[in-house]
Amino acid sequence: MMKNNLDNPLEQDAQPKQKPKTKKKKSINRRIINVTMAFTVLFFAMLAFLVHFEYTDADEVINNTYNKRQNILAQSVVRGEIHADNGEVLASTITNSDGSESRTYPYGNLFSHVVGYATNGKSGIELFYNFKMLTSNSGLLELVYDDLTGKKDIGDNIITTLNVSVQKAASNSIGNNDGAVIAIDPDTGKIIAMVSKPDFNPNSIEDDWDYIVNSEGNTCLLNRATNGLYPPGSTFKTFTLLEYMHENPESYGNYSFACSGSLTEGDSSIKCYNGNVHGAESLMDSFAYSCNSSFANIGLSLKLNNFNSLCSSLLFNSELPYDMSYSKSSFSLKSGASTFDTMQTVIGQGKTQVSPLHLSLIACAIANEGTLMKPYLVDHIENHDGKNVKQYKPKTYKELLSKKDAKELSEYMRAVVSYGTGTKLISDSYEAFGKTGTAQFDSSDNSHSLFMGYADNGTKKLAICVVMEDMAAGSTWAVPAARNVFDAYFSY
Amino acid sequence: MTDLLTSMAKYAFIILIVFYTYCSFIVLKGRKNRHSAAYHLQGLIMYTIHLTAFVLIYINTKDINIIMLYLAQVAYFLVTKAIFGICYGKKLSRPLLSNMCMLLCISFITLTRLSYDNALKQFVIVAVATVMCFFIPIIIKILKNLPYLTWLYCIAGIVMLGVVLVMGRLTYGAKLSIDLGFFTFQPSEFVKILYVLFIASLLHKNQEFKRIVISAIFAGMHVIILVFSHDLGSALIFFIVYVFMIYVATGQARWLAAGAAGGSLASIIAYKLFAHVRVRVLAYKNPFQLGVIDDEGYQVAQSLFAIGTGSWLGMGLYKGLPESVPIVTKDLVFSAIAEEFGGFFAISLILICFSTFLTFIKVAMGHPSMFYKLTGLGLGMTYAIQTVLTIGGAINFIPFTGVTLPLVSYGGSSILCTLITFAIIQGISISIPDDIEDKEVDDDEE
Repeated sequence: MMKNNLDNPLEQDAQPKQKPKTKKKKSINRRIINVTMAFTVLFFAMLAFLVHFEYTDADEVINNTYNKRQNILAQSVVRGEIHADNGEVLASTITNSDGSESRTYPYGNLFSHVVGYATNGKSGIELFYNFKMLTSNSGLLELVYDDLTGKKDIGDNIITTLNVSVQKAASNSIGNNDGAVIAIDPDTGKIIAMVSKPDFNPNSIEDDWDYIVNSEGNTCLLNRATNGLYPPGSTFKTFTLLEYMHENPESYGNYSFACSGSLTEGDSSIKCYNGNVHGAESLMDSFAYSCNSSFANIGLSLKLNNFNSLCSSLLFNSELPYDMSYSKSSFSLKSGASTFDTMQTVIGQGKTQVSPLHLSLIACAIANEGTLMKPYLVDHIENHDGKNVKQYKPKTYKELLSKKDAKELSEYMRAVVSYGTGTKLISDSYEAFGKTGTAQFDSSDNSHSLFMGYADNGTKKLAICVVMEDMAAGSTWAVPAARNVFDAYFSY
Repeated sequence: MTDLLTSMAKYAFIILIVFYTYCSFIVLKGRKNRHSAAYHLQGLIMYTIHLTAFVLIYINTKDINIIMLYLAQVAYFLVTKAIFGICYGKKLSRPLLSNMCMLLCISFITLTRLSYDNALKQFVIVAVATVMCFFIPIIIKILKNLPYLTWLYCIAGIVMLGVVLVMGRLTYGAKLSIDLGFFTFQPSEFVKILYVLFIASLLHKNQEFKRIVISAIFAGMHVIILVFSHDLGSALIFFIVYVFMIYVATGQARWLAAGAAGGSLASIIAYKLFAHVRVRVLAYKNPFQLGVIDDEGYQVAQSLFAIGTGSWLGMGLYKGLPESVPIVTKDLVFSAIAEEFGGFFAISLILICFSTFLTFIKVAMGHPSMFYKLTGLGLGMTYAIQTVLTIGGAINFIPFTGVTLPLVSYGGSSILCTLITFAIIQGISISIPDDIEDKEVDDDEE
């Protein structure tokens, strides 16, 4: 209607006139109208852009840690809740009788890192989805009503992809040890469980804060699943294996090696774990038994620059497709490296550092025929009446591996479970694939126990990475831990 | 209690400004001064918004000076409207006067909320400038040789820009202004007016090819000096205004095509040549990218946080955090308004600016002389482009160029020049001969 009003005088003015006296003037006015039209389009394009921004993008944009308005919003909005996938409340805000608010976490320590805390700073989902919970999509009328009656708006709820029973299984399987578990549905990228130990109780974080930050060496606030960096140990043989396959596409099936328990090249020597002697073995056997001597032998034949670019393409030294905080993995072996460094690095020792999140993403890609889905934690956001206001959909990150490579790696990882170091994962209800690892982190043979892999029961899959610090071999600790998580996942 | 008041005021502002905006388009239609009721409603709305906002500002600051400033501003509006109305009579463009006061009102409120000192200074400049501008319409009506001062406009403009360029060189930076103590003189603002007058006077009688070439050479000189002064926002305005004025003067659409081609080429060259252009483009593409948000994208990101958090209804006066937006009184004043007054208010503000632009054009089209038609169009386009560059930059519709929002942003030269521009348009309006006016009315009525 507005447009009609403003266009009318111009349009009518512009109609061609018969009077010759005014003809020239009219044609100039006609051109002025043309120019005005161009500017009108510009103004309305800008208006449309602003409307679109407010309507569609604003919620996403303001949910940024650089936006300093959280305290202001908190004065007018009751912070929304965080739920698990089946609606269990993981965090909620309780308004006390005196009007003050407190944040409670019904599951205590169980979700401490992934859900995070909201006092003394913020972390986890509490940090990343802060503004979402301080935004209320209750509807314009209710918002106006609340505003005029002085009532606080009720913020939107975050419905995560986390599953309580899988999270519990993951937490229990680490027990009181330090470590991390991350479990992802490889078909969608949904993060099903994320555990890091030692943990903390978000209910009492305010009281515990001084103790935590002042006690030396207390790392309970660190989310090891995403921000912990570990030597990958033998899980890294997956990468070495893939590079060897790429360099010997025709002949890797014919590889054979006679393991005598150690391999010496010049001054450098590598021993197999526990002094095992594996004897004559194929490439698959070497992988299944996790034979250090055989893999050191393979490693010495590799083109290190090619290996380096393979690792880069598999997310070493690069950003991970993950929105929240994480640490970058690093891999630094290049051509010209010493024999010792090469032998160490290809079996997962040396300077390589990797996060559990990263290893779980590699397992995801292998499980999903090479395609990595972007991992995510929030399934949807709903207003306090349960109306869905934003759905997060699975997104493809990238074809990380070729289909053929993924299939080949999965067969080798299956061998680990069927007759190698991962036999504790043999189960009737699912088929498991993986690679164990024992990573020495100092010279006195102290080591972390690792497992990366996935399981498939024909209808659904779960990729996992388990790290248990300062334990023994992967097969002893991390594999049973992974089994607990798989059992929980495939039984619900 | 304050909260309730703030909330109620917030909704009142939105309803009032929407009515005002509606009126500002109603009054553009048809016969002049036929819309008495609409003008009165517009005035009433402005005074109501002004009073309500200052009550809130006073409650929040408890500063007695606020009351004094408020009273002075009311006096300013009353006197300005009365004097212009009485002296220039029915040929004055009342829609333009209304919008000028409304935009100044929004500016006074926003600046007072952001910084009392800036608001006071701005108000003094506005008051003094208005007194000066009062004489401009009558000068335009009396002086018959204004269309023939071609080279005076041109040389004055180039000299002013040249002085800034040389001073900028001497200080090794992008110096766009000359500090005169109380007042920072920014010549490029004034040259925008001289430049339009120059092109209008060069082309109003004669549009031969030779003339076009001459105009291109001297317009090009303006633009090149601005580019070398690193004032790319102004350079862009000058360029676009030139292309459209040539088109209207000659009636040949090929100049538009040539302008578009030249403009695209110039943008690419500017992108390759100037680091600060690349910075703006980088920030435009994704201001929130890690690393960019701390640096190149900081201004735009903070602006979008303000606008997005304010959402449709706004946070309410003093309920937002406009202080966290950089250069909030100047280039990003729109973000402060959108945050506390809300998206609906912000959209209305854009529409008021748009109706102001249409008023410029309507006055230009009403005048029989080619010179004043071109002048009105040129000034109208300058106003419109400046508005789009500022607001479009603040909402990341286009890359941020660092231009001020006419009449609303803080800044002495900017406000003075905009008031001069408005006065020139009023001058054109009152110098439309009576017989033409009557015919125009007949035309309108069909």
